[in-house]
Amino acid sequence: MCQMAENKDRMVPLPSKSIVPERDVDKTPILETHHLGIDFGGLTAVDELSIAVGRTEIAGLIGPNGAGKTTVFNLLTNVYAPTRGTIMLDGKSTARKTTDQVNRMGIARTFQNIRLFGKMSVLDNVKVGLHNSINQPLVSSITRLFGYSSSEKKARDEAMELLAFFKMEDMANKEAGSLPYGAQRRLEIARALATHPGIILLDEPAAGMNPSETSELMENIRRIRDNFSIAVMLIEHDMNLVMNICEGICVLDHGRVIAKGSPEEIKSNPKVIEAYLGKKKEANRDE
Amino acid sequence: MTFISNLINGISLGSVYAIIALGYTMVYGIAKMLNFAHGDVIMVGAYISYCVTAYLGLPPIVSILAAMVVCTILGMGIERFAYKPLRKAGSLAVLITAIGVSYLLQNVALLIWGSNPKSFASVISFSSIALFNGGLIITAESIVTVIACIVIMIGLTVFTKKSKIGKGMRAVSEDKDAAELMGINVNVTISVTFAIGSALAAIAGVLLCSAYPTLQPTTGAMPGIKAFTAAVFGGIGSIPGAMVGGILLGIIEIFSKSYISTALSDAIVFAVLIIVLLVKPTGILGKKIMEKV
Amino acid sequence: MNKLKNLSKYAATNIKCYGMVIVAFAVLYPMLQAGLISNKVSGLLIPICAYIVMAISLNLAVGFLGELSLGHAGFMSVGAFSGVITIACLNDGMPAPVKLLIAIIVGGILAGILGLVIGIPVIRLRGDYLAIVTLAFGEIIKNIINCLYIGIDDAGLHFSMKSANDLNLAGGKMILNGPQGAVGIEKISTFLAGVLLVVFALFVVLNLVNSKTGRAVTAIRDNRIAAESVGINITKYKLTAFIVSAVIAGMAGALYAMNFSTIAAKKFDFNTSILILVFVVLGGMGNIPGTIIATTLLYILPEMLRQFSDFRMLIYAVVLIAVMLATNNARLKDLRARVSAKLKTHKGLNAESGGKGDVSNG
Repeated sequence: MCQMAENKDRMVPLPSKSIVPERDVDKTPILETHHLGIDFGGLTAVDELSIAVGRTEIAGLIGPNGAGKTTVFNLLTNVYAPTRGTIMLDGKSTARKTTDQVNRMGIARTFQNIRLFGKMSVLDNVKVGLHNSINQPLVSSITRLFGYSSSEKKARDEAMELLAFFKMEDMANKEAGSLPYGAQRRLEIARALATHPGIILLDEPAAGMNPSETSELMENIRRIRDNFSIAVMLIEHDMNLVMNICEGICVLDHGRVIAKGSPEEIKSNPKVIEAYLGKKKEANRDE
Repeated sequence: MTFISNLINGISLGSVYAIIALGYTMVYGIAKMLNFAHGDVIMVGAYISYCVTAYLGLPPIVSILAAMVVCTILGMGIERFAYKPLRKAGSLAVLITAIGVSYLLQNVALLIWGSNPKSFASVISFSSIALFNGGLIITAESIVTVIACIVIMIGLTVFTKKSKIGKGMRAVSEDKDAAELMGINVNVTISVTFAIGSALAAIAGVLLCSAYPTLQPTTGAMPGIKAFTAAVFGGIGSIPGAMVGGILLGIIEIFSKSYISTALSDAIVFAVLIIVLLVKPTGILGKKIMEKV
Repeated sequence: MNKLKNLSKYAATNIKCYGMVIVAFAVLYPMLQAGLISNKVSGLLIPICAYIVMAISLNLAVGFLGELSLGHAGFMSVGAFSGVITIACLNDGMPAPVKLLIAIIVGGILAGILGLVIGIPVIRLRGDYLAIVTLAFGEIIKNIINCLYIGIDDAGLHFSMKSANDLNLAGGKMILNGPQGAVGIEKISTFLAGVLLVVFALFVVLNLVNSKTGRAVTAIRDNRIAAESVGINITKYKLTAFIVSAVIAGMAGALYAMNFSTIAAKKFDFNTSILILVFVVLGGMGNIPGTIIATTLLYILPEMLRQFSDFRMLIYAVVLIAVMLATNNARLKDLRARVSAKLKTHKGLNAESGGKGDVSNG
């Protein structure tokens, strides 16, 4: 299947390979999981998940629909508490932390179905992301004294910088909910980056995008890694994107890891092909 | 002996709350709205029953039927003219409208019947039962109320499980849009729900005023709030929940009145409610809703 | 340009709010001093101020935090009675404005403490369950105050939950007499104090919603899961907003109580909570200028209808329903949107500098 994607005529030329040479990718892990698993009632959604993501690595999490990919993100951000196993972020366990605490420890994420603060302005959305780096106690919030202006100015400047990174400065005062789809996706990433994460989790960032938007997204993902020196982990169905920008890929099927490795290794892994296309025999029988 | 008599009184009062709570819970389950005017429909039902017996001199059973008919029409009318136009509006807009309807009913009643309390003659004609040589007296009202409550409960359960409209109601409460796509007439379903809820309110009004015979335009307000609490207590949207919540609330109220303090009984009722909700945030029989991320 | 536009939206709300209050004060105060206002109308001024403050406070909880509170009158009640007890304890020689200020501060603090006590368990609940628990707390507060007997004599304050006789007062005076409520209150509230309190409430709430805390609160309302994912401590910010709201409500209660010589706990029942909620919803959720206008109009309306005596609450009810139906009518909404769009393009052509104003929901 992956080969097929490679051979297909592309409408838009792919961006060049990462500008960071392979050897410069810091593979010492920022995020590790050990034997992670979760059961919903009697159903095991994820089991025996042991992965590691390098400090400046772009990692892909792929698998057929219903494989448990988003559940993994929900586990990593402690939206769900794992039934088994541990998650280590920068050597520290995230067990028994709340979602907001996990974010402060360094994991930021986006959502499969976009979750913006729709009624707030684009700028304010990013400012909410900057929340924990703004030093503004309640007293100065209410009185507008004691460093209010400087803290607001700092937040504003940094938010505008982030918006500029995604070429969205001119939309700063628009209502977030009124933006076109692609811009909403970019804003969600900008908001996540505003929390100064060590790793950002992107849940199907290319879903619903056209080929030119997708190639822009690929460029952006590389720029995020290179500029902010952080790790990126993404769930994606678009194999072009995954095979082109991910340095490490993990394939999930029925909640279990069936393959791990470089894009080349994954492409030629028979188990992966089987998970996506079904067994050869069955495929033949269908014909 | 007083313990048992208190328990019976509690169950009896609780049965009234339960019947009212059924109206709240069904409407909430299907239209996802808090019908604050429900308490005042009780009051209207009681007044109609009062008028039919006091002015027309007809037998109590006729007065109950008349009250049910009037309340059913009233309930459906309120839904049609005040709530239906707001079905797409926010829940707060509907809540405020319901409050408006509540004020409206109270004030129309005030104009028609005046603010002086009417003394309501019990609709139940047979006498109380004395047990243990008069050591324990069970009033006829208690017995009738509890029986009425059980019958209604069973009837409603069968209705929602077996009948076509009942099944439609369950479908609408689960997912309105999907139910509509499956060919269920949502408007009719909601209308029927209001009709049933209001007819039950009429029964509750008559039973309530038979046991506590002062009738004035604000009679329905406090039982309304308490029944609403009972519905939440049991898990709003759940029919058995309304039953359990109502009866427990009645028992707690009577017990705290006789063993702790009359003045503080409402405070105790509400305090128990808070504790229950903190331990079980969706009520005793409420379903836990998982949020999809 | 962008910066200017953004600033002007915030500034526009501020100018509207403070402007309205200042103009109203500038017109009414000289008339009041000159005795041009009838007793009937002047008697409404302080309650209106108190209810405006209440509505601003509730708008913080309902409009910005997005949590339906049905027990807000409870905070008002606590503020009112703690204020009354405070002035009874203060030295008679103290000037009235100072006494009033102390009473309002004490009322605010006690309501705030109660807000914290109630808030910690309540904030974990969602939607209708939170609404019903706030309703329950409101009723509990009313019930408890109804059972409180408090008196003061040379030995200090005396408390009882049973009866006035239990207090064993040696001379002195009753402050709180069970279901009859507070008696013999010094009527020290003034219109000026009311206006100042409104300005204070505006200052706190308007600043708060345009700050880090306000953004966090609004973010939680808009999308709780996303807010959590960007590191916002949900409990902390919900609680903060809830407590600030309670403090302001307590202050309004103290102001309100000091306008009457007697006041009972049943004045602050469920119906009062609902009344304030009606002000907020009709004024517009999160719309402070709208709230001020709605409160004033809706408070005056029943008073103006007094000549219709029996019909007045009926008319009030009909107006309430009609307004709700009209503001939520799809066809009317569409019409309004088209008109305002037309107006906007007009404005845009005529004057580039015109900032975008809030469209009132009311």
